[in-house]
Amino acid sequence: MTHSAGPELKLRVIDLDFYYGKVQALYAINLDIAANRTTALIGPSGCGKSTFLRSLNRMYETVPHARAEGQILLDNEDILDMEVSQLRRRVGMVFQKSNPFPKTIFENVAYGLRVNGWKGKGTLEEAVERSLVRAALWDEVKDQLHKSAYAISGGQQQRLCIARALAVDPEVLLLDEPCSALDPIATAKIEELLFDLKKQCTIVIVTHNMQQAARVADFTGFFLLGRLIEFNETGIIFKTPAKKETEDYITGRFG
Amino acid sequence: MRHLEEELEELKNRLLEMSGLVESAVYRSVLALVEKDEDQAEQVLRNEARINQMEIEIDDLATRLLALQQPMAVDMRFITAAIKINNDLERMGDLAVNIVERALSLMHEPVVKPLIDIPHMANLVESMVRKALDAFVKRDADLARSVLVSDDAVDDLRDAIYKELLNFMQNNPASIPQALDLVFVARNLERIADHATNISEDVLYLIQGVDVRHHAEARE
Repeated sequence: MTHSAGPELKLRVIDLDFYYGKVQALYAINLDIAANRTTALIGPSGCGKSTFLRSLNRMYETVPHARAEGQILLDNEDILDMEVSQLRRRVGMVFQKSNPFPKTIFENVAYGLRVNGWKGKGTLEEAVERSLVRAALWDEVKDQLHKSAYAISGGQQQRLCIARALAVDPEVLLLDEPCSALDPIATAKIEELLFDLKKQCTIVIVTHNMQQAARVADFTGFFLLGRLIEFNETGIIFKTPAKKETEDYITGRFG
Repeated sequence: MRHLEEELEELKNRLLEMSGLVESAVYRSVLALVEKDEDQAEQVLRNEARINQMEIEIDDLATRLLALQQPMAVDMRFITAAIKINNDLERMGDLAVNIVERALSLMHEPVVKPLIDIPHMANLVESMVRKALDAFVKRDADLARSVLVSDDAVDDLRDAIYKELLNFMQNNPASIPQALDLVFVARNLERIADHATNISEDVLYLIQGVDVRHHAEARE
């Protein structure tokens, strides 16, 4: 059964099965990701939501014996056929634990641009500033761009990682529990940021905090034991979910 | 939390729009009765559908906010107050329609009794409605409390009107149909005042976090 989202589609996942060696982690996932919207994936630990997220930019290829079967279409192009570094420029990722490079704040953002041979509009400095502005970090770090990235707070480091991901102008941004290591205020800043970011980008976020999904996402998918149980507009999932398993999870009756 | 604030603002604006419609309905229903104005009556009947539709929209928005935003403290009290006020407003709209139906019935009958107490009661009730809604908009606890105090006077007026009409009916049985219409009008006006009182109690809860329902002392 295909779950569709209303507006234009950015990503289409068709009959995706995923294996870690002999163990099947995802079963026949069919999911459409709407363009310029935030889609959240929720579910208990081990349900497959992170596995699913990482298949969207083939991050699983770093794991031995991991394989995906099925189709993942980015604007109708199968990502499984694409050149992987090109894919990862178009589909960026931010991780749970922020992982800035052991470089300056400036270099963290500039690195990806340099590696790709910066030929874009304006100078490298302007591009770095643009990314830091988009990540709502510019005002806080503009006078310390040449400080180490480790000199700023955890929340700021995470926004730096977002700026770094944004620097190469991705079409899709994947976020894997981006706020779970952050305090409520830092979390709120990032959530607020996502509302602006989706205007230029398509966002897919995995979160174990379903209230976060309720606050930020346009669409929400509930995963359980490797299957996509339900997918719909967030308002419907949290007010009147169709499946009992979904309702049990979001009301905390799970387990 | 910009997003939440925008949604709360929208909820407030919709409630304001609805309270404007209801205040107008109550006012027009009394005009229809006292001035025997058929146009005013028709207007109330026409606007009823919009009031009902708004009740649905407001409840939907409020429950959406509860589900998606986990509001706390004053925001949570605001939303629960909004849901209750929404309900009271819709009932007031219904009562205005009931008054209009009685007014239409009386309009085409000869006058059996000049209206003195009912217009007086209507003025008091309209004032309570206006103050209750103002108290909500301005978050004015004193104004809300003043509405609670007026409720007894309205109840007394209704009782006096019942007594007078009962007396009249006993002495003029031919006028019973019209007199009964007036009894119902007085009852509906008193019910509108009760809803205005409910709204004031909800406003006090919103502002102060104190539940003043059923506790006369807390009203002081």
